Amino acid sequence: MSKSAISITNLTKRFDDITAVDNLSLEIGWGELFGILGPNGAGKSTVINILSTLLDPTDGSATIDDHDVVFDPDGVRDIIGVCPQKPAFYPHLTGEENITLMGEMHLVPKDVLKERVMTMVEKIGMEEHIKRRAKDYSGGMIRRVSTLMALVSDPKIALLDEPTVAMDPKSRRAVWDVIRELKELGKAIILTTHYMEEAAELCDRVAIIDEGKLVALGSPAELIEQNQVKNLEEVFLKLTGKKLREEV
Amino acid sequence: MNLRRILALVKKDLKKTHREPAVLFLLLIFPVVLTFVFGLAFGGIGGGGTTSFDVGLLNLDATSPQADWSDAFTDNLTGSGVFVVQDFDDNVTGQEALLQGNLDAFIVIPEGFGDSVESYYGAPLDPSSWDNTTIGLYVDSGSLMAVSAVPPLVQQVLMKTIFGSEVMTVGLPIEIGSPALVASSTFTQWDFMAPGIFAFAAIFLTMIVAQSMTYERDEGLLKRLRTTPVSSADYMISQTLTYMIIAVIQVALVLASAFVIGYRPATGPAGIAFTFVIAIAFSLVAVGFGLIAASISKSAEVSTGVSFMFIMPQMFFGTFMPLGGATEIIGNFMPSKYITDALTTLFLRGAPVTTPVIWYDLAIVSVVGVLLVALGIYLFEKFGYR
Repeated sequence: MSKSAISITNLTKRFDDITAVDNLSLEIGWGELFGILGPNGAGKSTVINILSTLLDPTDGSATIDDHDVVFDPDGVRDIIGVCPQKPAFYPHLTGEENITLMGEMHLVPKDVLKERVMTMVEKIGMEEHIKRRAKDYSGGMIRRVSTLMALVSDPKIALLDEPTVAMDPKSRRAVWDVIRELKELGKAIILTTHYMEEAAELCDRVAIIDEGKLVALGSPAELIEQNQVKNLEEVFLKLTGKKLREEV
Repeated sequence: MNLRRILALVKKDLKKTHREPAVLFLLLIFPVVLTFVFGLAFGGIGGGGTTSFDVGLLNLDATSPQADWSDAFTDNLTGSGVFVVQDFDDNVTGQEALLQGNLDAFIVIPEGFGDSVESYYGAPLDPSSWDNTTIGLYVDSGSLMAVSAVPPLVQQVLMKTIFGSEVMTVGLPIEIGSPALVASSTFTQWDFMAPGIFAFAAIFLTMIVAQSMTYERDEGLLKRLRTTPVSSADYMISQTLTYMIIAVIQVALVLASAFVIGYRPATGPAGIAFTFVIAIAFSLVAVGFGLIAASISKSAEVSTGVSFMFIMPQMFFGTFMPLGGATEIIGNFMPSKYITDALTTLFLRGAPVTTPVIWYDLAIVSVVGVLLVALGIYLFEKFGYR
């Protein structure tokens, strides 16, 4: 096992004349739950997409458990679980079938997979609905299933891009519990979120990025203290400004 | 490449086939409906039985001293079992009946018909001494079957009337093999169309492949799969395998439906097995075209329209549409033409599976299919993930 679970060095990603990620460097350790915060279009999802091997960086490098995302994408895909921002799922499959399919892609042994799916489903309170077609699910239910699709392979590293959007507080807490369990098992987790209380509640450290640049890094408590404000939301507003922006 | 991943993806896609009503209809119900509708519309019910033609007859030689010949000709027409003869008293009424579609053909036995036959027997080797007459034969130009089948059948009846069945073979060193005209007349239009149904049904796989690929791309499902260890090869093989399985099911459904409405192809188990093989090969063509359509389409909706660019030419130039002239030349570039051609050879002509032409057809469909899939994968990898 490598010293750092995730190592990002001078990572830059440009789309034509837009710089989505600008010279970002981060080290994330095993058992660490790391939050990436930032306004819409700050580059959070671009970082997740690069770490997921979906995008190649323009410059810099990133390794996941010492597997380079560009030169060893297969090695990376073997050990990551990705919950995308847009909850991609097969509507004609049941929730259970969607989750199981992802386990099959990671070659989780069949007997282990079946048991694991049912255990996870219970944890997020979806037992009653898991055999229904996913097209009939509410937005919150789809998010919960999408999170389990990312975690069913028992990945060493989880990349969760806004997994709790559109969830009611009860469902959100259930997903939080699942994420905390992962952390306790020594997994490294990157979580992007717009919910500051979620980041404050769950994350060991957070990085606030704005226009692709790292503007703050530390534990929620450290950032609150450094900026002499009451909570993480105020840190966020102070560092990223109050002007409204839309994602490009 | 991993078999477990491939099978899991195939299972996922096959579930869509029976769980999504639109896909279920297009891939499985449509071929059955198509077979029943075409079978019923073009004479599939009772197919294999004898087809008869309604023929009007005006005998202008009925009162001549040699009327026995025209009577014999009339008797032979009736006795052929192919014609249902209806007598007319004048030309105008008969022509009107033909124009109104009440007759398949109208035959006018001319005055001097009997004299003409007698003049032949008077000097069989001296054509200059014969009294020549012409039988008026008017055929319903709106009926493809009547146009093609009636004239040679009437000719055959005329020969029988003049020479009889035995005279033809007595004293001649060369026999003329009996042409299968009467046998051909038992075919309905459906018999000629049925081989094309198999290609027709499978052609629509192209649209489903294109829609499925673009949907998975647009909804982020392909991206999600690409964050797992599944390879592009696993995914593409699963797609190809899925539609091969569907092609096999389609062939079974079309065959079963055709059988129900009385269709009996002139081939045995080996020919039926060959049908499955060539349908599987043709599914490669459909997958290839589907991938190409998905690569150049920006959304699932657009892919439907783009798919028809590949579907329509195959449908009109390669299935059961009549070919000829420039159309036939274009048809040679349609993979569907070769599956139709092979099945026509087996089902209609009754050729054995060892006939080289069907293997040639299979080779063309297979090679084109493989090339199209390869091109489709290349284009989809290059442009399809946008």
